[in-house]
Amino acid sequence: MASTIQLDVVTAEQKLFSGTVEKVIAPGSMGDLGIYPKHTQLISKLRAGELKYTTAEGTTSLFVSGGVLEVQPTLITVLADTGMRAEDLDAQAAQDAMKRAHDALQGKDPADLDYEAIQAELEAAKAQMEMLHRIGKVRG
Amino acid sequence: MAGAKEIRTQIKSIQNTRKITKAMEMVAASKMRRAQDRMNASRPYAQKMRAVVGHVANGHLEYKHPYTLERPTVKRVGYIIISTDRGLCGGLNVNLFKTALQDIAKWKAQGVEVDLAVFGNKAANAFRRYGLAAQKTHMGDAPKIADMVGTIKVMLDAYAEGRIDRLYMVENEFVNSMTQRPQVTQLIPIAPIKDEAMSHYWDYIYEPESKGVIDALMQRYIESLIYQGVVENVACEMAARMVAMKSASDNAGKMINDLKLVYNKARQAAITQEISEIVGGAAAV
Repeated sequence: MASTIQLDVVTAEQKLFSGTVEKVIAPGSMGDLGIYPKHTQLISKLRAGELKYTTAEGTTSLFVSGGVLEVQPTLITVLADTGMRAEDLDAQAAQDAMKRAHDALQGKDPADLDYEAIQAELEAAKAQMEMLHRIGKVRG
Repeated sequence: MAGAKEIRTQIKSIQNTRKITKAMEMVAASKMRRAQDRMNASRPYAQKMRAVVGHVANGHLEYKHPYTLERPTVKRVGYIIISTDRGLCGGLNVNLFKTALQDIAKWKAQGVEVDLAVFGNKAANAFRRYGLAAQKTHMGDAPKIADMVGTIKVMLDAYAEGRIDRLYMVENEFVNSMTQRPQVTQLIPIAPIKDEAMSHYWDYIYEPESKGVIDALMQRYIESLIYQGVVENVACEMAARMVAMKSASDNAGKMINDLKLVYNKARQAAITQEISEIVGGAAAV
């Protein structure tokens, strides 16, 4: 039996996953991070993207839109800003969000635009679409 | 038969009031259930956040975040007071304000000034004369973090710039649907929980660099605590309203019964009088 590590994935609205896993791949802000049990202490920001974890039953995908990842040798905590399970990802909603962000960047008075927030929203929507393509829910 | 008509109208009006309080009770009950769900859903995040910040406080980090450092002298403190927007929820807000004022009075006795930021209409009105640094009202039954960040930022900036040396949050704790307890929580500086297992010398690997990550973490930590407080307060509000409206309905019912008794007595007396008048009249003929 492979060694395992406790993983908790929570967002402000709900708990997405809690259990023991063999491996986690997280979308760190500097690139994807693969984490195995007994990893040294690490703390990283997350970008929007796919979080994969492998349990004895297989590999599962989650979508997170940024947040913070903390690793202790026996414990991984993902504090996601928002997140959802891959099967809950909605292509239509992602597309709508992308369109909204685009419109917001173009249409309004540039003075009262919150570029950072819109950019983040756009990134998140893009990352969702990418993930949908990868898991084969959308053909494109 | 004086007063019978007046009593009847009074009974009618109390019955109408009871209908309203009954409806409010039921609305509050269903809203409370949803508010409780929301509160429970966001709890794991707050717990995990607290655990991670606890690790951070126990580590030997290359970068000490200002929120983890105790300032030697306290000249001014900040309070974030979380109340409801609407009334008719019993003594919920009054008890909360009493707790807050007691705490504030303790600081004032030591010559420490106080800055206030409030959530909710009731606190905004109650503390207006103290001068408010920031306020946010009418966030609805499902408050969003996005609505709160502005007010929170005012207080965090005040701390960062050294205008306040401590930050507290005053909110109602949801014990159960019958009991809500006002409590004062210290937000900054973060009181570290000592953990022996973590007392050895260690530090994180940071990505990207320590300051950015820890800053982001601390900001989220404070926001999550306040969000949890606001969500919990909504659940408290609904529970308190439900209880208050239930007792109002019960009281209305009691009053109606009493009035009905008086009305019937008056009616009976009038009939008796009429009969005796008729009998008396017949005898005289």
